[in-house]
Amino acid sequence: MSVDLVTRTAAELRDQMSAGEVSAVEVVGAHLARARAVDTEINAFLKLMDEQALDHAADIDRRRAAGEALGPLAGVPLALKDILATAGIETTCGSRILEHYRPNYDATAVQRLRAADAVVIGKTNMDEFAMGSSTENSAFGPTRNPWDTDRVPGGSSGGSTAAVAAFAAPLGIGTDTGGSIRQPAALCGLVGMKPTYGRVSRYGLIAFASSLDQVGPIARSVTDAALLHSAIAGPDPLDSTSIPTPAEDVMASLDRGLDGLRVGVVAEFMGEGMAEGVRARVTEAIARMEKLGAEVVDVSLPHVSYGVPAYYLIAPSECSSNLSRYDGVRYGMRVDGDTAEQMMARTRAAGFGAEVKRRIMVGTYALSAGYYDAYYAQAQRVRTLISRDFSKAYERCDILVSATSPTTAFPLGEKTADPLAMYLNDIYTIPSNLAGAPALSLPVGLDDQGLPVGLQIMAPVLAEPVLFQAARALEADLGFDPTPRGPNAVTAPS
Amino acid sequence: MSAPAIEQAREYEAVIGLEVHVELATRTKMFCGCAIDFGGDPNTRTCPICLGQPGTLPVVNRSAVEHAIRLGLALGCSISPSSQFHRKNYFYPDMPKNYQISQYDVPICVGGELEVTADAGARRVGITRVHMEEDTGKSLHVGVSGRIHGAEYSLIDYNRAGIPLLEIVSEPDIRSADEARAYLSELRAIVLALGISDAKLEEGSMRCDANISLRPVGHTVFGTRVEVKNMNSLRSLGRAITFEIARQAEVLRSGEPVVQETRHWNEDAGATSTLRVKEEVDDYRYFPDPDLVPVEPAAEWIEQIRARLPELPAAARARLVDRRGLAPAQADVLVGAGLHRLLDAAVAEGAPPIEAANWLANEVTAWCAENGVDPASAPLQGEDLAELVALVRDGTLSSKLARQVLVDVLEGKGGPREIVAQRGLEQISDTGALQAAVDQAIEQAPDAAEQVRAGNDKAIGALVGAVMRATGGKANPQMVNQLLRQRLTGG
Amino acid sequence: MSLTVDEVRHVARLARLALSDDELEALRGQLADILAYAEKVGEVAVDGVPATSHAYPLANVLREDQPRPSLAAEDAISSAPQAEDGRFHVPRIVGEQA
Ligand SMILES: [Mg+2]
Ligand SMILES: [Zn+2]
Repeated sequence: MSVDLVTRTAAELRDQMSAGEVSAVEVVGAHLARARAVDTEINAFLKLMDEQALDHAADIDRRRAAGEALGPLAGVPLALKDILATAGIETTCGSRILEHYRPNYDATAVQRLRAADAVVIGKTNMDEFAMGSSTENSAFGPTRNPWDTDRVPGGSSGGSTAAVAAFAAPLGIGTDTGGSIRQPAALCGLVGMKPTYGRVSRYGLIAFASSLDQVGPIARSVTDAALLHSAIAGPDPLDSTSIPTPAEDVMASLDRGLDGLRVGVVAEFMGEGMAEGVRARVTEAIARMEKLGAEVVDVSLPHVSYGVPAYYLIAPSECSSNLSRYDGVRYGMRVDGDTAEQMMARTRAAGFGAEVKRRIMVGTYALSAGYYDAYYAQAQRVRTLISRDFSKAYERCDILVSATSPTTAFPLGEKTADPLAMYLNDIYTIPSNLAGAPALSLPVGLDDQGLPVGLQIMAPVLAEPVLFQAARALEADLGFDPTPRGPNAVTAPS
Repeated sequence: MSAPAIEQAREYEAVIGLEVHVELATRTKMFCGCAIDFGGDPNTRTCPICLGQPGTLPVVNRSAVEHAIRLGLALGCSISPSSQFHRKNYFYPDMPKNYQISQYDVPICVGGELEVTADAGARRVGITRVHMEEDTGKSLHVGVSGRIHGAEYSLIDYNRAGIPLLEIVSEPDIRSADEARAYLSELRAIVLALGISDAKLEEGSMRCDANISLRPVGHTVFGTRVEVKNMNSLRSLGRAITFEIARQAEVLRSGEPVVQETRHWNEDAGATSTLRVKEEVDDYRYFPDPDLVPVEPAAEWIEQIRARLPELPAAARARLVDRRGLAPAQADVLVGAGLHRLLDAAVAEGAPPIEAANWLANEVTAWCAENGVDPASAPLQGEDLAELVALVRDGTLSSKLARQVLVDVLEGKGGPREIVAQRGLEQISDTGALQAAVDQAIEQAPDAAEQVRAGNDKAIGALVGAVMRATGGKANPQMVNQLLRQRLTGG
Repeated sequence: MSLTVDEVRHVARLARLALSDDELEALRGQLADILAYAEKVGEVAVDGVPATSHAYPLANVLREDQPRPSLAAEDAISSAPQAEDGRFHVPRIVGEQA
């Protein structure tokens, strides 16, 4: 029974529950049990919320019995990245400096999830303040990839991704600043999507780089990802950068297929630096899209090679300011000192991990007197050129495709010593963040080591519907099985 | 300029620019919905946003923008078609985010001017910019001294954090302490007229820093400037500038260079002292706040605001002199005290301008001073003042009694006529009622009466006084005189 | 691109990070490498190109001046590492603000 339940998609569970075949308490209970069982292997959760989750599920069952109208995700378990503020529940952002911190408000995305009657079963692990591509930068230990527990799940949303891949939850919420939803989704064989910047409220999303951060869905199917996106997307008066128009309907066009869609292959993303196994699956997937009626064209994004350099000026600059508030005065950790300045400096030195300190230092330097124009301002102009490159490409096609990540999941510890090598994981994903455009990662097969490969599909600003439409068509054709398998895979549901 | 030039100079000219911060009287803070009301318990006017809790975001208060535009228009500034908020990054415990959201290279208002009149005559002081920003919290320094220096620790209250501020930066066009005072009081009068702040220097809802440098008379190059802080009244602004000009002149005459620094005005010591020397320029790492979008006021909005601007002090003074016939000095007093609206109301109720103005400039102002009431909000209606003036005119009240009645009105005991009726203060002007008192006075002072009969006119004063005493001051002096003469000289 | 330890120390002070000499030395090399890489953006000709911070252009996002409830006193300081009389405690503050 529980095996059956945890392997179901959100859409299936929703239908079973509304048909009265199974209760929310049973569904949530089964996933909590699965989460406990696998977490010793993968460390996906920083906190499991058994009690709250089961109470919430019971309440939903009660309301259903009373004939109340329920939300579109009624009773569906969800793994929430610990970067989103939850009232009264520890929200650590994977950092010592926020250990035991309990916000006194809910993030807008969390309120939307509650309004949809989704059930949050736990807060998930992440790279500290979302700075990383492997979840090894968490202050609370790394998360492991369910496909091979000796390897990283990617990051920074590695916890939510591993939880969904290991069947601890059908849905996960991640955030994506430079690829933090798409890259782990690719490395764990899942669907992960970064919405248009401003499409999902950032209120309550603990800021890393404010002009790039977005909340988005992680799931084992395109339909589930679309359902979750629909639940969280839309305007929010508490976020000045939130797009005021109602969210686009991504469900209506889901099954329209690929026929007639113009698919652009980004030349700059097919060059060297990509693992052969990744190149092979991506090339095949593009060929399948053509078979399914898509018109494949080659396009170029001339400035895209400057994306990563621009990103590593913009993101650290913004983070150096965003993280100034962690000073031991109002919340979080404090290390005492004789003076306020000493207390702050000691608290921050002890509370932040190496990567966070590194980025704060880079950003502080980049913004400091005399460097602003050469660094931050220059990077923001390069950003404009990259957006223009995309616009130009979209004159000739409806969507763009590339690999999501140049490699499949890599062994723990392989890149921790070399920051720049780690940064290059996001070479294909960063440009969409800079352009504020939506992009999705779809699993398109395994490499010769049996590790998942992700195809990145990109679309123009607010073109989420075509993104999901194309992904759904390719998904149906490929029939990828998201069950982790192989010698080091996480224990299968039993 | 070269050092020798300084040393040799005898006469120096002061070059002064003022930076004024004004706390806006909006209902809520700049970027969150916390109500602005003072005297709340510590941290009870705070929310996750103004406490800088992780994940929270700012949203701009429309009224704060409107107030900024109003002041900009009043100062003749141009309103930027697109202005932006930046982050000013520095660590300080009373700043919840450790950055202040402020405007930097594109403020909302730029390039205005303010004409001020001081002893030296009128001067146009350029307004460089008016920009919006957020206030900080307040630190309570615990320790023997109670001041920041020597404190053992500090306690922070963020109720003030996030209250909207306007910073008004002047060009270095001011040349004396007197002009600086005139500039600040005129700016204050404008802010009050616009109703965008209570602008109390003593309470810090209006704060003023001065940048002061000296240069030899005739030179055009600026000398090294010193920033002086902590002037909490017009008077201390004047004193601080006077002191600082003298101090710098002394330094220069002794051949030393003036050190670029920030100095603190100590009211009790009547002197400025070094607060901190700026070895390296502050590195605020300004960059556009990615959580906020540009403010682009539509032309229609700006025109609506312009159309609703109230009469500004300069215009009010001119009108009081030209149309109401007031003396310029009195017009200054009334407008400076914000009493001209009350004058207009009284005149509208039929009061003659000059008399009404005198009551306001003298009695009302004095009463407000005694009772610590802001004249602008004196508890007096235009019709009350008009009524009072009328009662004096028609002889019902002597001006002496009228003063007592005014005080009763100001103390809320009722309208002038009511009070006169309640207290039976009407002047006795009817012959029958006065005759007895006159006869009695003559009886009681026969010698005086005799002298008057003998033609010594002065002697009548004693008899008049006796009648006034007997009637509790209510007798109409002219009539008493008349009756006494009829009785004694038949004249 | 190279940095001196003193430059790194100055940046650490601006960032309020009490770093050990070893950390400063390690960061000296890492910062230099990262910045040298990031400086590639300097190769791009951007004359007349405006800066973009948000892809979807918005302006005049303004809030009506309507009060919303503030936190209860105990909630405001509930997360404070140290508080006294409803206020946040900090060690003595030395010098003026930056
Ligand atoms: Mg200021
Ligand atoms: Zn607030």
